[in-house]
Amino acid sequence: MGMGQTGLGVLYRKELADHIKSKRFVIILLLVAVTGLGSAYSAAQGIQQAIAQEGNKFVFLRLFTSSGGSLPSFLSFISFLGPLIGLALGFDGINGERSRGTLSRLLAQPIHRDAVVNGKFLAGITVLAVMLISLGLAVGGLGIIMIGIPPTFEELMRILIFIFFTIVYMSLWLAISLLFSLLFRQTATSALAGIALWLFLAVFLSLLAGLVADGLFPINDQASISTAMYNQQVRQNLSRLSPTQLYDEATVTILNPGVRTLGPILPSQLEGAIPGILPLGQSLLLIWPHLTGLIAINMICFTIAYIYFMKQEIRAG
Amino acid sequence: MRDGQFIIETQNLTKKYNGLTAVDRLNLKIEKGEIFGLLGPNGAGKTTTILMLLGLTEPTEGKAWIAGHDATREPILVKRIVGYLPDNVGFYQDMTGRENLRYVAQLNGLSRQETEKRIDALLERVRLVEAGDKKVGTYSRGMRQRLGIADMLMKDPQIIILDEPTLGLDPEGIQEMLDLITELSRKDGRTVLISSHLLYQVQKICDRVGIFVKGKLLASGPIASLGEQVFENQPQVLEVKIDPENETLLQLIKGMDSVESIKHHGGMITISSKVDIRKQLVSLLNQHNFTLLHMRLRGRELDDIYRRYFAKEGVS
Repeated sequence: MGMGQTGLGVLYRKELADHIKSKRFVIILLLVAVTGLGSAYSAAQGIQQAIAQEGNKFVFLRLFTSSGGSLPSFLSFISFLGPLIGLALGFDGINGERSRGTLSRLLAQPIHRDAVVNGKFLAGITVLAVMLISLGLAVGGLGIIMIGIPPTFEELMRILIFIFFTIVYMSLWLAISLLFSLLFRQTATSALAGIALWLFLAVFLSLLAGLVADGLFPINDQASISTAMYNQQVRQNLSRLSPTQLYDEATVTILNPGVRTLGPILPSQLEGAIPGILPLGQSLLLIWPHLTGLIAINMICFTIAYIYFMKQEIRAG
Repeated sequence: MRDGQFIIETQNLTKKYNGLTAVDRLNLKIEKGEIFGLLGPNGAGKTTTILMLLGLTEPTEGKAWIAGHDATREPILVKRIVGYLPDNVGFYQDMTGRENLRYVAQLNGLSRQETEKRIDALLERVRLVEAGDKKVGTYSRGMRQRLGIADMLMKDPQIIILDEPTLGLDPEGIQEMLDLITELSRKDGRTVLISSHLLYQVQKICDRVGIFVKGKLLASGPIASLGEQVFENQPQVLEVKIDPENETLLQLIKGMDSVESIKHHGGMITISSKVDIRKQLVSLLNQHNFTLLHMRLRGRELDDIYRRYFAKEGVS
């Protein structure tokens, strides 16, 4: 019939138009543009001085990773704001329609129910992608003007991969917020739940991981090497339950070719190693599990949302 | 597909929520082209029934067929031919009436040309031509409800289902809405199912009604036949005024077969009996030279149905 497809296309276009016309989108865009460009600008200023002393290997990437002066780096800004943006785009996705009384009217049309969720999700991802790619280009342009060095091909690839990771990361939060908009009737509740989860995963989980690790493998004066190793491993693996941790590790690796390993390392293992940089392929290999993990969490959220929505009662009000 | 003479048919349709039965073995049969009123107090399970008919809620047991399609298995086919005006219909506030209708037309896969043609015709029909280009946020409740009618008709449905269409409208708006609905059936030949707790308002335009209380269909048919069905097993209560009114008279009535009890107050005598005793009573009175001044069989009319099931709601 192709009817379901038509429905999805129509819903997608409507959601996209809604996002772009909304005040919310303008606010997010301004927020991201100001912080992103601000941090890149201040990083560029720092780089100008550093080039003279350290040479210019992968200097372009430092636009994104280094924090010049008072502002945090572009990377840490995006890592911090990304979840908020994803949440902001989706927290009232379904329950907003429900409270306005439009959901039952919408679902009385000959469309598949999943087209509603899919349309909202795809439109959200599109908005995120457009926003991030423009921002990436803007930062790159600013960088070229300020430091006067164009990016090499490898740098460009690394930046593109970084942007791709960021889109996946933000989509994850979009999926979470859409899920919450299904689970909770009130838009305020779903927004708060999203923020609570974000705070937990971004801030508290790593503290908690530290506590658990220290409890299981206490590090004191007599601690052996293996205890210290276990402590570190437990801490890291628990932290990795959080998508924020996965994203941070992955993006640091991809934007900083000097990162050669993500786990703990012993001095003996470093013996004889020549400090150098990883080629792109190796960096990618290092963060492949992170990408898989992020996409898997995405799918899990989406599947739960999908199943829940299929079974949910559709009533106005 | 399932062929049959009924365009809407349910068979033991049941919905339970956590052990609570919202709709209990409903058997509904609605013929093509008629206006059927599903009338019952709030919380009777009317909306749940409608949602099951549209395939938006899965029944716990039983089946519903719309124009021969199984509502649970083929909801898309059903929704292509059924227009639905939900209770408290909502629109996108920051879009105009026209834009809202256009969106629905797109979801139904109408061509651009056809869409504009239908929007113009429908806005005209629901008297919203001028308001059509204003944002829905500025509409009054009556206008929103009329836009809801236009919205429902965009897909040119064979069947229309309206949930509490007159709720919250002023008297003029109610009349207008009812006229519009009548027209949809009489002029366009669509089948109409109206759910409402406003018995008096809605029964006027219905060919048949079903009285729906606590998930059960108590009676269905033309409005005049309902009293008999609803009060089938209840004693008949007869109100009479007779001249002269004396002890002989009371004894006479008490002596009749099937009279269960008799009450006498303020010149009015009420007689409870198992069967209709009007004929017997009249001839008895004639024999004994009494004059019958007034006689009314209570509990057999719409009023009584209303009083019994609807008045408690405190709204009419």
